[in-house]
Amino acid sequence: MKVERRDVLKVGGGAAVYSALASMGFFAANPAMASWNKDWFATKSIADTLKAMGVGSTTESSEINITSPDIAENGAVVPVGVASNLPQTQMVAVMVEKNPAMMAGFFEFTDNAVPDVSMRVKMGQSSDVYALVKADGKFYMAKKEIKVTLGGCGG
Amino acid sequence: MARPMRIRARMAGDIADVRVLMAHEMETGTRKVDGKAVPAWFISEVTAQHNGKTVMTAQWGPAVSKNPYMQFKVKGAKAGDKVAVTWKDNKGETRTDEAAIA
Repeated sequence: MKVERRDVLKVGGGAAVYSALASMGFFAANPAMASWNKDWFATKSIADTLKAMGVGSTTESSEINITSPDIAENGAVVPVGVASNLPQTQMVAVMVEKNPAMMAGFFEFTDNAVPDVSMRVKMGQSSDVYALVKADGKFYMAKKEIKVTLGGCGG
Repeated sequence: MARPMRIRARMAGDIADVRVLMAHEMETGTRKVDGKAVPAWFISEVTAQHNGKTVMTAQWGPAVSKNPYMQFKVKGAKAGDKVAVTWKDNKGETRTDEAAIA
């Protein structure tokens, strides 16, 4: 039997199923990286990333707020927050254009979460940072340039 | 054994604001020490639960900073509710910590 986490989550009340399966050790039986979307984390350009994610077209949206400093002194720790005011936001992805792999991370929400997350990412150099939001089945994007004084990749 | 996470959850209106600080090296796999590449070691999956119900799942790459910080918000929560966060890294190690909303 093969059940992808993605499918499990889609099922009504999927959250409960997921936690039940997790507590049964179902996922522990799988290889460690079974559900991690490796392809999403391997791309270098915005076009390739969207292709890997299966995103056709995106719309620029002013309803997405990227919170971050304009200039980050230390590229190893750049605070980036993304808040979406779009109704029925299902997913938020944070991407740094000039990193070795563009995708920093993405978050998927259930109805009980507010699509407003913050994290800290590494940036090798000054770059545009993109926020990709999936809301009501459509994809929206926003970007912001962050200047980095000191790169965060040992450089 | 991984060190515990620090989770702080506070009510702001009817929304719980949760801040999590995890302890993890987050090696990118591109860094070199004495000419040898340090293998990638990072948290790849994160799950957040409110009273046992999943509210958010995340997948991360190695570009997330060392000792990752994460902030998220939960609707329909109240003081005293439990918030649990689980992470799993690319070596298969996992850790769950829980906190009550203040």
